[in-house]
Amino acid sequence: MDLLAASAVNWSRAQFALTAGYHWLFVPLTIGLALIMAIMESLYVKTGDEKWKIATKFWQKIFGINFAIGIATGIILEFQFGTNWSNYSWFVGDIFGAPLAIEGIFAFFMEATFVSIMFFGWNRVSKKMHLASTWLVFLGASLSAFWILVANAWMQYPIGMEFNPESVRNEMTDFWAVAFSPVAYNKFLHTTFSCWAVGAAFVVAISGWYLLKKRHADFAVKSMLIGSIVGLVAFVMLAVTGDGSAYHVAQKQPMKLAAMEGLYEGKEGAGLVAVGMLNPAKERYNDEADPYIFKIELPKLLSLLGYRNINAFVPGIVDIVDGGYTLPDGTTALSFQERRERGLTAIKALADYQVAKEEGRDADAANHETILRENYAHFGYGYLQTEEDLIPNVPLTFYSFHLMVMIGMYFILFFVVMLYFLYKRDMVKSRWLHYVALWSLPLAYIASELGWVVAEVGRQPWTIQDILPVQAASSAISSQNVITTFILFAVLFTGLLIAEVTIMVKQIRKGPDSEGLKA
Amino acid sequence: MITYEFLQQYWWFIMSLLGGLLVFLLFVQGGQSMLHSLSRKEDEKRLLVNALGRKWEYTFTTLVTFGGAFFASFPLFYSTSFGGAYWAWMILLFCFVLQAVSYEFQSKPGNIFGVRTYRMFLFINGLLGTFLLGVMVASFFTGSEFTVGKGNIAGLGTAGPVISQWQNPLHGLELLGNLRNLTLGFAVFFLARTLASLFFVNRLSHEVLEKRSRKFVLFNGLPFVVLFLIFLIWTLLAEGYAVDPATNVVSLEKMKYLHNFVEMPLVMALFLLGVAAVLYGIIHTVFSGSFKKGIWFSGAGTIVTVTMLLLVAGYNNTAFYPSSFDLQSSLTLQNSSSSEFTLSAMAVVSLFVPVVAAYIFYAWRALERRKLSLEDLNSDGHTY
Repeated sequence: MDLLAASAVNWSRAQFALTAGYHWLFVPLTIGLALIMAIMESLYVKTGDEKWKIATKFWQKIFGINFAIGIATGIILEFQFGTNWSNYSWFVGDIFGAPLAIEGIFAFFMEATFVSIMFFGWNRVSKKMHLASTWLVFLGASLSAFWILVANAWMQYPIGMEFNPESVRNEMTDFWAVAFSPVAYNKFLHTTFSCWAVGAAFVVAISGWYLLKKRHADFAVKSMLIGSIVGLVAFVMLAVTGDGSAYHVAQKQPMKLAAMEGLYEGKEGAGLVAVGMLNPAKERYNDEADPYIFKIELPKLLSLLGYRNINAFVPGIVDIVDGGYTLPDGTTALSFQERRERGLTAIKALADYQVAKEEGRDADAANHETILRENYAHFGYGYLQTEEDLIPNVPLTFYSFHLMVMIGMYFILFFVVMLYFLYKRDMVKSRWLHYVALWSLPLAYIASELGWVVAEVGRQPWTIQDILPVQAASSAISSQNVITTFILFAVLFTGLLIAEVTIMVKQIRKGPDSEGLKA
Repeated sequence: MITYEFLQQYWWFIMSLLGGLLVFLLFVQGGQSMLHSLSRKEDEKRLLVNALGRKWEYTFTTLVTFGGAFFASFPLFYSTSFGGAYWAWMILLFCFVLQAVSYEFQSKPGNIFGVRTYRMFLFINGLLGTFLLGVMVASFFTGSEFTVGKGNIAGLGTAGPVISQWQNPLHGLELLGNLRNLTLGFAVFFLARTLASLFFVNRLSHEVLEKRSRKFVLFNGLPFVVLFLIFLIWTLLAEGYAVDPATNVVSLEKMKYLHNFVEMPLVMALFLLGVAAVLYGIIHTVFSGSFKKGIWFSGAGTIVTVTMLLLVAGYNNTAFYPSSFDLQSSLTLQNSSSSEFTLSAMAVVSLFVPVVAAYIFYAWRALERRKLSLEDLNSDGHTY
């Protein structure tokens, strides 16, 4: 009953999480497989070896099944900004809409066009044109990821805009600042490598299964080799770009960093929790309970990651709520209550501005605009009520982050071992490794989803950091309406997922049949 | 000199053009709605599915781009219509979700629900996708029940912080209660089926299906023409939503859309040309047993006709998304568009559209140099 009583805002959040979570089951495999297929087809065109063609066509078949459901789950996400987050759509649509439109014009059409050549063109276009099409599918999918991540990064780090009190919205002032913000570009790289990682883990796992079943050994080893190289590159780059992400989060979203680390009391030279368990008895951010039941820390590493200085002060949740510490720019951090006051001042100034304008009191309007601008950086705080509203779900963010990192570390080791066995030992006979490869696949998916949990749960309550919390961003629809669509999507997507998985399993069981695929 | 007003008009033209392209590409949905009636045998069904299956992504991508471009250029429409007419849009999206998997999954072993279910999904998408889109477009002329109060977010008024508020609890389903909306909804449905029949005549190398498709051009073309004419005449004679350019006050004006045509003769001329091309494609295909290019005439005609119709909804001081509940909440090109900066930046982006169109054209040609026959299904490597 509690669930049913939740507000439309929370149900809209749940619906977005549901649809995004499902969508993200399919996108990484699409991008990762596109790369692996393109590499394999390049080898086919270069060497003329038909086995590479057979391998390409097999993975292409899997790609096709996965691509369809990725599209199906994706369309809802775009339109949901309008259906469920109507205020958001107006308040920042001037900036946010642009990358979505560019994604459609450039990326989707490229993908859709060249996917059709890739699927149907084997006998209708030249070998080289077909290869170019496969690479363009990969490029289109990556471009699509780029623009959607530009949009997402902007929500986490809003720049290149100015608030216009007349139109009551934020307006873009610098397109390039939005398109190439450091957060966007790091986010794009980190997310893209995570896609390569899932694609690689998938190819290696399925190949492992063939070796276990003693089928298609040559194909499996070939696929494993490409998969392992892509996988190792991807996971090493994930670590590098993950470091970049942590740095940006520390600078731009300190509350998210504190939640990721379960850090309540900030300190200088803060350590990074390697392994830890949070104390469930901690109910409020400022109660006396110890945040951890246990933890193993790597000394000073959090300060180094977040501020590039082993002795830097990393604020905890309590510090961010209470303020009073020195920010990297030398100013003193404001408390939640101070920011809320300023947020309320900004909102009131906007209301006063609107009234003054309507009544033709232009001089008054100008004064209110000045007040609004002075306080605009805290605008969103005016919609929050208590300190607790500012704090994301700490356990969810903490465990998601740490599990993701652990899985990432595991995969670096895994792919090193795989490559060692592929080059130095007999992979076909190493049955234990085939089992490991197969059972590692769910881990790749889990890590990939957890990355988004960290990014999106960790930034709550903000849809736009500091400017617009979820409470003020949603549409005016009742929770009953959203519950109904939530259930419809949950049932539909679950049904389609089951169908997708069973179709894939059947195709994999059938195997890379050279007769059927040679056409 | 590129002014803000010019950019708003430019972007309304782009949106109208995208709308026209989308309606043309709905032939895929039209075809899906007649898989069962047009074909008798399984191999005929497969051929139809595969002919459409090579095109469905264009329609889908155009719909997504249409949404994204609307968001970027007229965000107040995006927030008001999508957030308000929640159910109309959700049902529309829902049936497009069904479509996206149905081609790829229907003939694959292990698809759980069976080929009939996926084809039913395609039918649902074919019926609702076209009909609901027609209803939504009609509401650009007939109006919807919403209010817009930009001060809401700052606590002005009593409606809470949400700027756009839908005033009918049916959240978009009430649009189905308007006969004029229904007329256009069914007109678009029959147009899509007519275009699909013309497409099959053009694409398929299959005598029986081609013959039957010619008949279907007539069966569907006739109701389309009748319904479209009813909608058109009704709309031209009805009251429209005029905007006073000096005060921005919206008022009802008798025969506003007819006035728009008269005051924009170029739009009227192109509109009539578009209608003539649609009719030519239909009539010539019906009366000549060998004419196969009907889809190109009717398709191009559809794009031009719909584009001009949408221009009439927004140009010449007209509220393109009117509120019948509160006239002054109506959305106009001026009060709902993005900023001048964003429209300019996006205008630069739009200059690349011909490049996109060029490679789509290339791909279409590369894959369609020869007609699609049953034999191709086995040799092309990827079938549905």
